[in-house]
Amino acid sequence: METKTIKNNEQSTSKTIRISGSEAVVRSLIAEGVDVLYGYPGGAIMPVYDELYKFQNEIHHVLTRHEQGATHAAQGYARISGKVGVAMATSGPGATNLITGIADAQIDSTPMVCITGQVGSHLLGSDAFQETDIVGISTPVTKWNHQVTKASEIPEVIAKAFYIAKSGRPGPVLIDITKDAQFEEFDFKYEKCTGIRSYKPIPETNQVDLQAAADLINNAKKPLVVWGQGVILGEAEAEFKAVIEKASLPSAWTILGASAIPSTHPLNVGMVGMHGNYAPNVLTNECDVLIAIGMRFDDRVTGNLATYAKQAKVIHFEIDPAEIDKNVKTDVAVLGNSKETLTAILPFLKENSHTEWHQKFKDLYQVEFDKVIRNDLHPTKDGLTMGEVLKEINEQSKGEAAIVSDVGQHQMIACRYADFNVSKSNITSGGLGTMGFALPAAIGAKMGAPERDVVMIAGDGGYQMTIQELGTIFQTKVPVKIVVLNNNFLGMVRQWQQLFFDKRYASTEMENPDFVAIAKGYHIDAKSVSKREDLANAVKEMMETKGPYFLEVMVEKEDNVFPMIPTGASVSDVRLE
Amino acid sequence: MSENKLYTVSIYTENNIGLLNRISAIFQRRHINIESINSSASEIENVSKWTIVVKLTEDQMKKIIGQIEKQVEVIKAYYHTEEEIIYQESCLFKIKSDLLFEERQIQNIIKESNARIVTVNKAFFVLEKSGRRSEIELLHRELSAFGILQFTRSGRIAVTKTPMEITKMLEAFQH
Repeated sequence: METKTIKNNEQSTSKTIRISGSEAVVRSLIAEGVDVLYGYPGGAIMPVYDELYKFQNEIHHVLTRHEQGATHAAQGYARISGKVGVAMATSGPGATNLITGIADAQIDSTPMVCITGQVGSHLLGSDAFQETDIVGISTPVTKWNHQVTKASEIPEVIAKAFYIAKSGRPGPVLIDITKDAQFEEFDFKYEKCTGIRSYKPIPETNQVDLQAAADLINNAKKPLVVWGQGVILGEAEAEFKAVIEKASLPSAWTILGASAIPSTHPLNVGMVGMHGNYAPNVLTNECDVLIAIGMRFDDRVTGNLATYAKQAKVIHFEIDPAEIDKNVKTDVAVLGNSKETLTAILPFLKENSHTEWHQKFKDLYQVEFDKVIRNDLHPTKDGLTMGEVLKEINEQSKGEAAIVSDVGQHQMIACRYADFNVSKSNITSGGLGTMGFALPAAIGAKMGAPERDVVMIAGDGGYQMTIQELGTIFQTKVPVKIVVLNNNFLGMVRQWQQLFFDKRYASTEMENPDFVAIAKGYHIDAKSVSKREDLANAVKEMMETKGPYFLEVMVEKEDNVFPMIPTGASVSDVRLE
Repeated sequence: MSENKLYTVSIYTENNIGLLNRISAIFQRRHINIESINSSASEIENVSKWTIVVKLTEDQMKKIIGQIEKQVEVIKAYYHTEEEIIYQESCLFKIKSDLLFEERQIQNIIKESNARIVTVNKAFFVLEKSGRRSEIELLHRELSAFGILQFTRSGRIAVTKTPMEITKMLEAFQH
């Protein structure tokens, strides 16, 4: 450990006790305020588990049924609580099973600390039983990682891990601890990390840029805000609302930005991107100033970069300097934490109205409503649509439930139609698009916010990728509501096959098991509906059930998600059918 | 589209295990081949300096510098054009000793190239040459005619013509 950690003496604990490395791991986690962690034991992490047994009144370990489930649960916990999620696994296959969740957390900027056991340090590099180079494997998908071979390193490394995971643009960190370091005794004391030489989590805001951004916004005739998760991660919801209300800025969101302001807010003009709303996508190529806040111009948002908002001046509020000009060339970059930069710009903004410009969004919304939304939410054909299931959940939950969605058609439908009236309500795998995310993430989300209703929405494909976590739900009794929208297809792939591969449905049709029987096998109340007249009561029963509940809804087999921007097309070439 | 150019990257870092993996992965992901790489002590105690030579567009270079600076242990990364730096490479030639005595021309080559004889024994002698890539390549061509037993060349090392105020920057990090 050569990296210099800056220590803040006020937070230091002077008390020193002689304990093992594994006890130090548990005491360090407690010192960081960890009350729950998700994991799976095994040979190389057993000493730590033995200590967890001792400390079970202070720290709750949740045994998931697969290590991937542990990482997604930790992500769900982190996303809803704003705290660091923690996952633990043994060496070798235990560690490699964490990788999908770590990669997901990295691309979605989720604070997570993963702890893995490792073979004894004398065996490192010898291809020992259950040895993998997890530090090497996880390097491209972690914000930071480190291997510990001496017990005395443990407190400092764990303190650094939490500081790095949470500060600046958050991300996952992995700590690998050899078994001998877990057994070794040393004099333990814990100091929280408050700074690291070489690491500056929040860049300084340049006042000139801030003023230039304010001038552009004040002079804009057709401004458009696109906000991302940076608003939520920066806890800047109130500041963001104040800014857009003062300058009357129509504001659209990326998938991870959803819920920062309520769906019903009059300035909320919907989602951008591949399956986003018609108006903000089309008008991206008409606005004169595009104000990006805490978002990273993902290709799913921009479509063809060569035609993306070419007419607009672009302002980018961003905490990560590497995002500036990465995909879209900006005219003004405002670096810093969104809470601080939005607070700072507010006094410079003029009150405005942009009435005609707002009307354009309303007009295009009406076009989308007539062509798409009406059919999705008020269908006239027999088969159930995914949209009407969401509409029913909105009504029963009063739009206050946290929606944890998996990946596929249902995810886009959930994002489009769920009412998000409370911040941190849209928990989904954005950047990596990880099927199997939702079920374990819902477990973590419910534990991270027990007071909230947590409704998981999955397709029949993704649900089966981590279906074993029903066992975790059964054992912990965590009252998540599980909704599977079953169309017996890998629906999104099927949609692409229909539109771009001449309806050649290669390996996308699924023959599914009796999902209700499986849920009941785990002692979870369950029901399946396929008729419109049964839907409302079934959703009501689910929401009113105190414990966990499984609801399968048989939906239209070959429904498509529109609007849609085909890959490589311009955002303004959005298809409505 | 700007054209590919040779850039020299200077990275000041903490001296940590595993950082090579992180830095090289940034180039690997973008399919950019590293021409040469060198890691050594720097003018500051406990701070390493990396010198990496790559061929790419300036736009790519800027984005990569951003990604490198994102790494927790990286203090600062810069990129320079050929004109902005003083740089050298070093190489070793192992050649049969007989040639040193029998081929007068070899003695002339050694003299004119400012190469240095590191060691001589009965079987072979070793020449060391530091300089620009073109000088080393010229020497290699000239000696090839007589036969080279072994040849190796280092990565580029470079210093900039303008100051790099890393010490000041490190102080700023701590406030």
